[in-house]
Amino acid sequence: MPSLAGLFFWMNRKIENINKITITKPLKLDCGKTIKNFPLAYETYGKLNENKDNAILVFHALTGDQFVTGTNPVTNKEGWWVTAVGPGKAIDTDKYFVICANVIGGCMGSLGPKDTNPVNNQPYGLDFPVITIKDMVKAQESLLEHLGIKKLLCATGGSMGGMQLLQFCATFPDKAFSAIPIACSSSHSAQNIALNELARQAIMADPVWDNGKYVSKNVQPKNGLAVARMVGHISYLSEKGMQEKFGRKLQEKADYEFSFNADFQVESYLRHQGYAFVERFDANSILYITRAMDYFDLSKQYKGGLVEAFKNQDTKFLVISFSSDWLYTTKENKDIVIALNASGADVSYSEIVTDKGHDSFLLNEPEFLKTLKGFIDSMYEKFKNEKRI
Amino acid sequence: MKSLKMKKEFKVIAELLPNNTRVLDVGCGDGSLMNFLKKEKNIEVRGLELNQENVQQCIHKGLPVIQGNAETELHQFPDQSFDYVVLSQTLQAFYNPEEVLKNLLRIGKAVVVSIPNFGYWKVRMKLLFFGEMPVTKTLPNTWYNTPNLHMCTIKDLFKFCYEKNINIKQVVGVNEDKTSLIKKSNLEIKNLFSKLGIFLIG
Repeated sequence: MPSLAGLFFWMNRKIENINKITITKPLKLDCGKTIKNFPLAYETYGKLNENKDNAILVFHALTGDQFVTGTNPVTNKEGWWVTAVGPGKAIDTDKYFVICANVIGGCMGSLGPKDTNPVNNQPYGLDFPVITIKDMVKAQESLLEHLGIKKLLCATGGSMGGMQLLQFCATFPDKAFSAIPIACSSSHSAQNIALNELARQAIMADPVWDNGKYVSKNVQPKNGLAVARMVGHISYLSEKGMQEKFGRKLQEKADYEFSFNADFQVESYLRHQGYAFVERFDANSILYITRAMDYFDLSKQYKGGLVEAFKNQDTKFLVISFSSDWLYTTKENKDIVIALNASGADVSYSEIVTDKGHDSFLLNEPEFLKTLKGFIDSMYEKFKNEKRI
Repeated sequence: MKSLKMKKEFKVIAELLPNNTRVLDVGCGDGSLMNFLKKEKNIEVRGLELNQENVQQCIHKGLPVIQGNAETELHQFPDQSFDYVVLSQTLQAFYNPEEVLKNLLRIGKAVVVSIPNFGYWKVRMKLLFFGEMPVTKTLPNTWYNTPNLHMCTIKDLFKFCYEKNINIKQVVGVNEDKTSLIKKSNLEIKNLFSKLGIFLIG
């Protein structure tokens, strides 16, 4: 096991080798500050065809990154959406050109709080500007420009990825032929803000965090970050799913230990998830990205509310929710559908019945994947025909 | 056989709908009617359907469909947002068909409703001579598993429209391959010999 500082160095070195563009165009952030000449890391899968009509943009969720499928070269683990994206999969990379960028504020190569602040040559830490979902999306639009893609066949994303997608469609109404927001919301609920605050407080309560200045000391507030991740993991499952998966099963022991070690499997699972996470994620990035999620309220950006946000949409939408998702509920997803309907947009909606909670969109959920595939394939036929005409 | 008969109903519905209009199909099933309207009449279709498998089939066909219950979720469609709303053979399955119809008339400038006719002579015979709840091709379920809660006849729906001041524009009776216009003057006889009644109202 390398030391944490060594691990950071090793990870940073690997991060140097990933695909990046430098966005020179100044980006005025919602907070009022402007960033320019900043890196945006991205990955692509499959080939862009001659007509450039097979591009699919994927927006990643809170702890995701640009490595959607295959092997993530930094963590050496499988990409986060390997169930849905890849050769022969629902989003078939033999057929489609899949693009995913690391969000700004993240820690997988795009400009984030662990990068060096040119003003003082120190890591940004809390001097990093507070970013929003809209800022993330604007940065990614520059990537499409760079790749020469005028109109995407489809844009999709689950959870925070879905929030980015809604913002993307509202801000750039002619950039996507079709869109699939999955298990998301058009404005972050009180419950979700509360859960994010729990994650942030866990990080900030770790003395190593030191007001975000840990980066220059090459350490990481791993206890706080691990707890933050545990909170997340609980919210991604459903009560029933968790009961079925773990119940009261004990972790490799016959009886209680009468201690505070991880007696129960569910405890062991959370600890494992929490501490595995600290090896690939930056604590300050969690603060910044969760904040961006909390500030997200699409209806607030438009005078006429959500209906106005979706006015003049040519994009064909498919909204998908999961019945046991209590983080981004069916009701919240339906509200998006209702607004799209009221604005006259072309919208489909499906609620997938499952016990697997919010996590369902990342899992091998056959009904979900079938729906995804059916929609994208039929949209491709339409898009090709439309282009021909 | 069944699909042929279905197609007849769809053809009648399609004939009632002008080209290039905007149509909402409530209870759109696997999307066959929507597909037909889209292909034959260049109609901009939308569907509402409860069953997940049906929803998936619509999506595979590239038809926009919203998974939901017409009984409780019609409120999401704005007033007069469609030229026509179609409700094919499901009115009788709602808890509150009156409320549903009211909603359909709010959403569409006009509404096409088709009903399996409980006044059809075979249905009447079954009840009159055998004393059993009728099971026919258009009403294939038995009393204990039928989704139909509010069966009615063509005459009943006529009366309903008069009482509620709903404008009846056209009524077509369907019996196998034959169709005929139903008016006040031939209502009694058509109510006896039509398997389906298709109403254009609003």
